[in-house]
Order: sequence, then C-alpha cells, then structure tokens
Amino acid sequence: MLRLPKFEVKNPATAEEAVAMILEIEGDARFIAGGTDLNPNMKHGLFAPERVIALNGIGELQGIRLDEDGSMRIGAMATLAEVTKHAELNQFYPALCQAAKLVSGPQLRNMGTLGGNVMLDTRCQWYNQTYFWRKSLGYCMKKDGSKCHVVEGGSKCVAAASNDTAPALMTLNAELEFVTTEGRARLPIADLWQADGIWNKKLPHTALLVAIHLPKPAANSHGAYGKLRDRGSVDFPLFGIAARLNFGSDGTIEDAALCAVALQARPWPLKKAASLLIGTHPGKDDFNDAVEKVANLAAKQCRPMPNIPGDHEYRHLMVPVFTRRTLHAAASDEGPVHHV
Amino acid sequence: MRVFRLHVNGDPVEVAAPEHWTLLEVLRYQLGLTGSKQGCDKGDCGACTVLVDGTPTLSCLSLAATVEDQQITTIEGLLPAHRAAGGEGADPLQESFDESGALQCGFCQPGMILSAKALLAENPDPSAAEIKESLAGNLCRCTGYTQIYEAVLAAAKADMHAAISTDSAKEVQS
Ligand SMILES: Cc1cc2nc3c(=O)[nH]c(=O)nc-3n(C[C@H](O)[C@H](O)[C@H](O)COP(=O)(O)OP(=O)(O)OC[C@H]3O[C@@H](n4cnc5c(N)ncnc54)[C@H](O)[C@@H]3O)c2cc1C
Ligand code: SF4
Ligand code: FES
Ligand code: FES
Repeated sequence: MLRLPKFEVKNPATAEEAVAMILEIEGDARFIAGGTDLNPNMKHGLFAPERVIALNGIGELQGIRLDEDGSMRIGAMATLAEVTKHAELNQFYPALCQAAKLVSGPQLRNMGTLGGNVMLDTRCQWYNQTYFWRKSLGYCMKKDGSKCHVVEGGSKCVAAASNDTAPALMTLNAELEFVTTEGRARLPIADLWQADGIWNKKLPHTALLVAIHLPKPAANSHGAYGKLRDRGSVDFPLFGIAARLNFGSDGTIEDAALCAVALQARPWPLKKAASLLIGTHPGKDDFNDAVEKVANLAAKQCRPMPNIPGDHEYRHLMVPVFTRRTLHAAASDEGPVHHV
Repeated sequence: MRVFRLHVNGDPVEVAAPEHWTLLEVLRYQLGLTGSKQGCDKGDCGACTVLVDGTPTLSCLSLAATVEDQQITTIEGLLPAHRAAGGEGADPLQESFDESGALQCGFCQPGMILSAKALLAENPDPSAAEIKESLAGNLCRCTGYTQIYEAVLAAAKADMHAAISTDSAKEVQS
C-alpha cells in the first residue's frame, strides 16, 4: 500500500483562479491534471505539497478544436485517449496521435492529459522508487541527496525526459499557451526545455499550461513516431523518436524534422540529421541513402545513459534502427513503429 | 476530512474521508467496496480499475476530490444493474469469466471485467485484437490471458445472441 502525503485539494473554475491558488501557498503546491504522474510521485515521497489544485473543473482547458486560421487548439486537459481518437489530428498530425497511442495502457490514456504529458517530471531508475528504496541507497541529487548514481561525480542531474508526445510536438513546432503571474504568454515548445534533470523546464511549476497550439499543417505533411519499450503496453520509452516530412508537389522532401526522447533531461532535436533528407525523393534511392546517413548520425548524436531502466548499450544500438524505421514509416504513412 | 458527494453504482453517497485520499481508498476503506483491488497502487497493474462515467479509470491514481460529479461503477455494481435491467443470474461477463475458467487467484478479475464491460458497451462485436488492446492495461499473473480473451469473446456472443433473440422475438410478436 502506498499512501499519499496529507494535502488539501482546491477545485478552481478558471485558469487565473488556479494560478492565484498555487501562488498563495508559501510551501509547495502542485497542479493536478490526470494525476497519473503526480500521484505515483507523491506516493514515492518525491513531492509533498500542502495543496493540490485540480484542473478538471476549468472549462478553457478542455476540448480540441480547429481555429479559424487553420491551427489546432488542444486544451491542456484533453486526455491522451481524446487525442488518439481525434479525426483531424490523426489526419494532419499523425506523429502526435501515434505517440499518444503508445503512452502506457488504456486506463492511463483515459486519465492522462496532453498537458500533463508535456509537463511530465523527468525519470530515472534511481529516482522513481519508493522512499524506502531511495533511503537505502542514500538518495540522489534530484531528491533528498547530493550525489548522482548515473554520472559518478557529476554535478548535474541527467534524469530523462520520458514524455512520448514531447518529441512529436517538437517536430510539429507546437506553441504552448501559459498563464503565469505576468499574465498570458505563448512559448514555442522548443524554448520550454532546459538541460537540468531536476527541473527540465524554463518556467516554474506555478505556470499553468492552458493549451497546446499546432500550426496549420503544410499541404502534404507526413509523420510517424517510433518507440522502443520492453512490453507492448504500460512501459515508458527506452527510446522514442518522432519524424515529420513535408513533401512538395513533385514528391520531393521540402522540409523535415526529427526529435528524440528518453535520453537526457530535454527532448533531443536532430536538426542536422533531418536536413540531410531535404531534396530527396521517398521511394527512390536518394531517400533510402539519406535515411541511412540520418540513422548513423542519430546514433552519434543520441547517447542513452543508464538513467532509465534497460541496458543503455542495447538502447544505443536501437537508435539507428528506430530512426530508420520511423523515417520509412513517416514517408509511407505506416507508423507507429514499435517492436511488439 | 472532507465530505465527498459521490455517485457509486447508481446511488448518491455522502462519505467523509481525508481530503487527500484516492478514490480506491474511499471505496475500500470507507464504503466497504473491496471488490476494487489494491495491487501495485501506482498505475502498473489495473487491478483497481473502475468505470468513471463509463470509462475505465485507475482508482488508485484518482483523487476522490476530482470525481465528485461523475458516475462510478465498481464490480459490485454489475449484478444489481443487470438484474434491474431484467436480466437473470450475474452480468454476462461475470457468467462468462466463470464458465470460461478465466481466473485462478481472481485478483485481476474485477479490473479485467470492468475494462471488458466498457469495451462491449462501445463495441458489442469486438475482434480478438480489439479485446487484447482494451485489456492491455490489466495485468494477470496467473492465467496467461488466453481464457480471459475467450471469456470476453463468449460474453460478446452471448450478449449478441440475447439481443438478436429479443429482436427476433419482437419481430415474431409484431
Ligand atoms: C504505469 C505508468 C506508465 C506510464 N507510461 C508512460 C509512457 O509510456 N509514456 C509517457 O509519456 N508517459 C507515461 N506515463 C506517465 C503519464 O501517465 C502520462 O505522461 C500522462 O500524460 C501524464 O498526464 P497527467 O494528466 O496524468 O499528469 P499529472 O500527473 O496530473 O501531472 C504531471 C505533472 O504536470 C503538471 N501539470 C499537469 N497539467 C498541468 C498544466 N495544465 N499546467 C502546468 N502543469 C501541469 C503537474 O503538476 C505534474 O507535475 C505512465 C504513467 C504510469 C503510472
Ligand atoms: S540522474 Fe538519476 S541518479 Fe542522477 S541525480 Fe538525476 S535522478 Fe538522481
Ligand atoms: S492498483 Fe491501481 S493500477 Fe495497480
Ligand atoms: S487470476 Fe490471478 S492475477 Fe489474474
């Protein structure tokens, strides 16, 4: 049995009210969306807030809609199941739907939200453990201790961004709409992250994510998500990679984006590798040759560490495999890529 | 303490419990509904699955304070609902799990049945792959799953037979 720490629960009706409620507490307070990350973390003693602010009663955080300018607005409280089933999202942003579909299992996708997935805490096999387990090993820098068990003598926590949808949203150039003390602001998702596993976001935890905006897709945009994991369900990624390919009218690749996850604190964009695909023709040799080069470069740029469970050398060997498969799947609309 | 106003198995209930308790804790330790199992208590196993507005949800990761306006169905609610709808015996899924030998220790069974219940409500004629997919968040450490999938398939067929025979009975009558 795992008990939650004692806290009070607030149920605000507006985004502004929620932000006011998190700021008026001197100690720790946390927003809760689906609770599928925060609740296990609190049960493990990783957070002990005095107040938990439930976001499920705030109307503007709900729903998925197409805006007049052709962009999509996904409320932060839209569940992963809603994202997975949404017709337009599947048509125009396949990598996002595929990534959402590969998160965990059905119940957790019914509960877990896209906002919560973006704001997910980083993960490490030395950190996502019970209090008893962590205490027995003398804790670590991310919580209650002073050393890192992954990088010996390291001064920075390298717990891994493990949110499956983050790389997909990165390739789609999503914008995040936040409410903070200073009011409302939009931030490109690429600007959210910082290289610190203790807190991998540039905004504090008191910033409320209201919506995720996806720019209008190019006419011929394709995508896919590839996920390496132990089992066919429930497991967090051992490595994840999202791809977007925009075809011109003659079938040439005009724009490409790639982003990996489950490596270090930040989702890991592979800009140089993706640029090798531009000007090539899916279905022809030049594309296949470029994919091989991209896969090799990805293996150089992605260095899995023993921060999350699983053999990191095996994870490294799978980087080119999953990069290659995901690119071919994106070009032929055959994602997602997973091995079970 | 907080007084939670919940709707459990069709009945409104007012129950006082510590404000930070999960739905699972309130169900088990305040309402005595121990059918929902406390397995891993952290989202890995699905033994605590209940339906919230018909949707399979892990009660070990749901705060009671966030489900006050929703309809909660636990395993205890299936038989009374089935009888109230004019059925005999237990819910077809419960009967089918029993007849198919789809359990050994039984710990996973309430969660399995509720996940399957939600599937059949949405998709009365699921394929084997759809059954597998909808039970992918419910772990069983005993059976090896085969008989569980068979039980859901059999229940779907039984449901369809029941529906077809009532329809044809109506047709005969008219
Ligand atoms: C067994 C198990 C397996 C899992 N497998 C995966 C997996 O394979 N891939 C994966 O990506 N995730 C996985 N998860 C994690 C989780 O289920 C998902 O990431 C989910 O999307 C989190 O969303 P949530 O709404 O439940 O977040 P919550 O737990 O409610 O919140 C997560 C964090 O984000 C903050 N937050 C939430 N919403 C907002 C907001 N609107 N504004 C600001 N801050 C906010 C919270 O304060 C908290 O710190 C798994 C979890 C479990 C328990
Ligand atoms: S990488 Fe892991 S072990 Fe090292 S400080 Fe971060 S959480 Fe702790
Ligand atoms: S007890 Fe809730 S998922 Fe295991
Ligand atoms: S019958 Fe024992 S866990 Fe499924």
